[in-house]
Amino acid sequence: METAITAEGLRKRYGDHQALSGIDLSVPAGTILGVLGPNGAGKTTTVRILATLLEPDEGRATVAGYDLAKQPLQVRRNIGLTGQYAAVDERLTGRENIELIGVLLHLGRRAAKARAAELLEQFGLTDAGDRMAKTYSGGMRRRLDLAASLVARPPVLFLDEPTTGLDLTSRLALWGMIREQVDSGTTVLLTTQYLEEADQLADSIVVIDNGRVIADGTPDELKRKVGGERLEVSVADAVDLPAVIRTLAAVSPAVPVVDDETRTVSVPLTGGVATIASAAAGLETLGIEPEDFAVRRSSLDDVFLALTGQTGRAAASDTAGDGKEAGQGPVAAVSNSKQKEKEPA
Amino acid sequence: MTEALSDSFALVGRQMRHIRRMPEQLLGITVMPVAFVIVFGYLFGSAMQVPGQGGYKEYIMAGIFAQVMLANITTTAVGVVNDLNNGLVDRFRALPISRSSVLIGRTVADAVLVTWTCAVMALVGFLIGWRAHNGILQTLAGFGLLLLMGFAMSWLGALIGLTLRNVETVSALSGVIMMPLAFLSNAFVPLDGLPSWLRAIAEWNPVSSVVSASRELFGNEQGATGGAFPAQHPIPTALTVLVVLLLVVVPLAGRAYQKAAAQR
Ligand SMILES: Nc1ncnc2c1ncn2[C@@H]1O[C@H](COP(=O)(O)OP(=O)(O)OP(=O)(O)O)[C@@H](O)[C@H]1O
Ligand SMILES: [Mg+2]
Repeated sequence: METAITAEGLRKRYGDHQALSGIDLSVPAGTILGVLGPNGAGKTTTVRILATLLEPDEGRATVAGYDLAKQPLQVRRNIGLTGQYAAVDERLTGRENIELIGVLLHLGRRAAKARAAELLEQFGLTDAGDRMAKTYSGGMRRRLDLAASLVARPPVLFLDEPTTGLDLTSRLALWGMIREQVDSGTTVLLTTQYLEEADQLADSIVVIDNGRVIADGTPDELKRKVGGERLEVSVADAVDLPAVIRTLAAVSPAVPVVDDETRTVSVPLTGGVATIASAAAGLETLGIEPEDFAVRRSSLDDVFLALTGQTGRAAASDTAGDGKEAGQGPVAAVSNSKQKEKEPA
Repeated sequence: MTEALSDSFALVGRQMRHIRRMPEQLLGITVMPVAFVIVFGYLFGSAMQVPGQGGYKEYIMAGIFAQVMLANITTTAVGVVNDLNNGLVDRFRALPISRSSVLIGRTVADAVLVTWTCAVMALVGFLIGWRAHNGILQTLAGFGLLLLMGFAMSWLGALIGLTLRNVETVSALSGVIMMPLAFLSNAFVPLDGLPSWLRAIAEWNPVSSVVSASRELFGNEQGATGGAFPAQHPIPTALTVLVVLLLVVVPLAGRAYQKAAAQR
């Protein structure tokens, strides 16, 4: 498949702070890449470099087949950018904002007007189109901003945290709009702090932290890499815990993980349904009635926390760390629930 | 080239729309200068003594015009910083448009506004008795020179705005630049009362040259003319200083724009 965006070894330094220390990316045409990372990871810096706003200290990149350093104008002809903070002229109406971009793109006045009307319609802003953008809500600004970046129908779209600060409805609506773009062939690079967003939208994900790619893959691959599926059993009375641990230890080669706080024991689900069946049978034999008996797929949140090391202990006690090193740890990893309380997930 | 022009034109149009949307803004930028004309020309006019028959009223007008042109530093700097922090500069820079058009659009629009201010001031000046005596061409040349100064100040403001990127810092700094330039000049008072070292500074102050040059073109009172070269030849001096300033500041501002990033 054709590659719409490639980056090799992008590095960028601000003063004595290394914001990017070698970012590699590759986005096939017509797909969405989610760039996931905590505050200060280097998401915006990456996007600004790829959108020709910032020169990297080192590294090279192509966008829509054009070299960033050698053909910046061609790159600009092929991209749309929605920055982290909505870029709207507050003292123009929504319509004028879009028309101005159209005129600057030399569509001609009439075509610019037509395109503005079309985009306002598409983004549900027709009614508000003739109001000053100053009066727009955060969600409306975001939509206007996205609309403004689509005037030229760019084949490559950069979206820097497009839904940060939006309520659920607006977020869902924006997701829909982004998907529409991709369905019509656009390639999207979107940054986000929301794992759910990357999970929902992205065909592939790179996780960056401290200016480095620390993991990449499809959402499913990442989930598998860090945790896979686990069988979780919780009981109402802590007295039953040892019996549950014994039962689960018997059905899985890995070491059961215990959370005293929630009285939950879990093991990686290696044998599929057979494991579930024998665990259930084992508990039944012992006469233990679990409060909860569930198969849990690790979420991208787990992946993210495990990879970035933020609130690492909580993540390790729940799923991640031991999932990877199953069988090598102590007989039963008992999580420290006090630590858990302190750290917000 | 024509594209750069049409882009700049579209961006001038953008700022004109701002004004159309908030006409009170136009009032806002005109009130102070007009108040200056009335206070200095009409109220102080009788108290201040300058030689010649036109009196202080004729002397002061070119000074107030120049003061208004100086204030363009702040106007443009603040405008640029706002565009930067609204993310608009990023948006424009990611478009395939000529890099110069955004700053040209901004400085030209600010020049249009200051022309309007000038026109209103001139009208009010006329009403209180200010006259230009050298015919229409020289009068227009006088205004042309003043507007050239305003344009140069705009570019200086653009450079300052793109460098400092913060409205408070920008306002503070342009205040610090403008005060000595305006008051250590012959804009408001004739220089003969000053101690000689201060007088030398004021005579070499380019603002004095522009003011003297437009007084000469308007045929207004000059007060006492000093012996320094700029005081003897204000018109060539003013033109040279302004053109050189533009030649230096325009490319610097262009470069700053290329690297511009909002401060967050
Ligand atoms: N103009 C700048 N000057 C100095 N340091 C900067 C500048 N821009 C970014 N940085 C630093 O570079 C690092 C990466 O910043 P960047 O904005 O790319 O992060 P981010 O992943 O977008 O974060 P966020 O989620 O907060 O938007 C941060 O540590 C930031 O402080
Ligand atoms: Mg960011």
